[in-house]
Amino acid sequence: MKRIKFSDHVILLAGVFFMVAPVALAFLTSTHDAVTIYKSGMQFTFGDQFLQNYETVLTRAGGFTKEVDGLVMLKNSLILGLGFAIGKIIISMLAAYAIVYFRFPFASLCFWVIFCTLLLPLEVRILPSYEIVQGLGMVNTYSGLIVPLIASATGTFFFRQFFLSVPDELLEAARIDGAGPWKFFIDILVPLSKTMIAAIFIIMFVYGWNQYLWPTLITTEESLFTLVRGIKQIMQVWIGAQIPDFNEAMALAILAMLPPVVIVVIFQSWFIKGLVESDK
Amino acid sequence: MATITLDSVRKVYAGNVEAVKGVSIDIQDGEFIVLVGPSGCGKSTLLRMVAGLEDITTGEVKIGERVVNNVDPADRDIAMVFQNYALYPHMSVYNNLAYGLKNRGMAKGEIDRRVKEAARILEIGEYLDRKPRALSGGQRQRVAMGRAIVREPAAFLFDEPLSNLDAKLRVQMRVEIKRLQKSLGTTSVYVTHDQLEAMTLADRLVVLNKGNIEQIGAPIEVYDRPASTFVASFIGSPAMNLLPVSANGSGLQLEGGEGLSGPNTYGRDKYTVGIRPEHLRVVDAGSSHPDAGLSLDLVVNVLEPVGAESFVYASFAKGGPEMVIRVSNHARYQPGEKLQLIADAQDVHFFDGGNGKRI
Repeated sequence: MKRIKFSDHVILLAGVFFMVAPVALAFLTSTHDAVTIYKSGMQFTFGDQFLQNYETVLTRAGGFTKEVDGLVMLKNSLILGLGFAIGKIIISMLAAYAIVYFRFPFASLCFWVIFCTLLLPLEVRILPSYEIVQGLGMVNTYSGLIVPLIASATGTFFFRQFFLSVPDELLEAARIDGAGPWKFFIDILVPLSKTMIAAIFIIMFVYGWNQYLWPTLITTEESLFTLVRGIKQIMQVWIGAQIPDFNEAMALAILAMLPPVVIVVIFQSWFIKGLVESDK
Repeated sequence: MATITLDSVRKVYAGNVEAVKGVSIDIQDGEFIVLVGPSGCGKSTLLRMVAGLEDITTGEVKIGERVVNNVDPADRDIAMVFQNYALYPHMSVYNNLAYGLKNRGMAKGEIDRRVKEAARILEIGEYLDRKPRALSGGQRQRVAMGRAIVREPAAFLFDEPLSNLDAKLRVQMRVEIKRLQKSLGTTSVYVTHDQLEAMTLADRLVVLNKGNIEQIGAPIEVYDRPASTFVASFIGSPAMNLLPVSANGSGLQLEGGEGLSGPNTYGRDKYTVGIRPEHLRVVDAGSSHPDAGLSLDLVVNVLEPVGAESFVYASFAKGGPEMVIRVSNHARYQPGEKLQLIADAQDVHFFDGGNGKRI
């Protein structure tokens, strides 16, 4: 093996610096009070307002109605992220299962139609989507927030590719062992797809967590606000002589970052374990 | 335990490809049948039709007295062993064996008894908690067999179960499968392209070619009296020597070569003459053997020692196919050396020059 040179370390350190510096800066800044930040910009030292700032953003009810605090927003974001990821996984697994294992007319056409929707991101169809959700009376509900987004071409595509790589003999062995379509799916395919599910869960959770435009449209009640919206809410108080609570915005941003990081850390180890041990 | 009856079974795939062309076989209770043939001969398709994994285009498959054409694989009372084992990778060995029984709603105690019993027979008891990936190829093969045994089915179906194993293990598992089948007495259908496996395992061989049965019979019977040039060249290693000859008056003439000292007994224009490598004997050059069925003069090309015996590859002076002769491992023939060879009349096989059928 080649010896590791000093220049290799420099490159790696530069990489670490570019990745970590903004986050570290945001974190350090979040420990100061708003006035300091307003006067002298981002802070490079650890301030004395750490506990106070975080307690404030988590517990102080804000907004017009004064009924939404950080914890509520955190809960809403979690519901959106989890519902989004789990819903997408269930729907796309079932769709891929149908496409790969069942013979029905126009199956491959169906697949390609689903695949083509990859070309149409949410933003393109946001008005008709809103129209439908609104027509169904699902505005300002969790299901209105989640359900319209859970159809996933990406997920369907990944699961389809994965199912195609599962040897046919497994299906045949299961058939001889008396497993019907449902049992085969639950007992064999789902456990085999664990690594795939973990990977898609990571991607989709983060994607759902970071949704901004859709929640902004669908939720007008503040009790349904998500963290990502909350950050903006804090910055929007430029009234009179008030200065925005930069410290709180930073603290909320750091809080908003934590759950996705936790999810990635947990599922990554699972994901890598599955990759290393993989044999079908 | 059951008989299996195939009655003019045909399989036509989309695009009018006829993979199996009207095959009829009666398999006795407890018999070990081996379907053998080159790839694409329809042997696996036939097995999969018995298993219920392929639809039967026309014809009838009976297991016991029951016609199973439209019966689900799970309800046919068969168990199958696949080439790549098809073990469930995420389940322990125990659960791999138990899965089929659980799906049938069998009581836990009975499942446990059967799994333990199968594990004992196959000596995989200590691996019951492991996942398949932690097992070697031979152990996986045993687990696959175990999954078949625990079901206590009417018939075992084997689809080239040994072809993923290395040579040594293959011989070992072959013996084991035979022993197991004899002790359980379960009717078995075994598919392979390996003629040695077929010869050693089978009670009866079914040689298939292009979707048709070429010959059914006990292995030694198939070896001794191949029904066609196809069977003659497929069964036996090295393959039987086949010489295309035409009638020349009362004698025979090698096509594109010299006359042969053999009789034109059957009154046809063209024959294929077959002689197994072990039936050719080297005699003193120039000696006369009026009783011999066939006498050949050949020139040695290569001597190939394989240990217990050696094979001489030799050809005719005027061209024609290369012949293989089995000789003692002490023989030391040099390339270019001239040999005179004879074969006894009963060891010379005559096949029709046109359709290749035995005369």
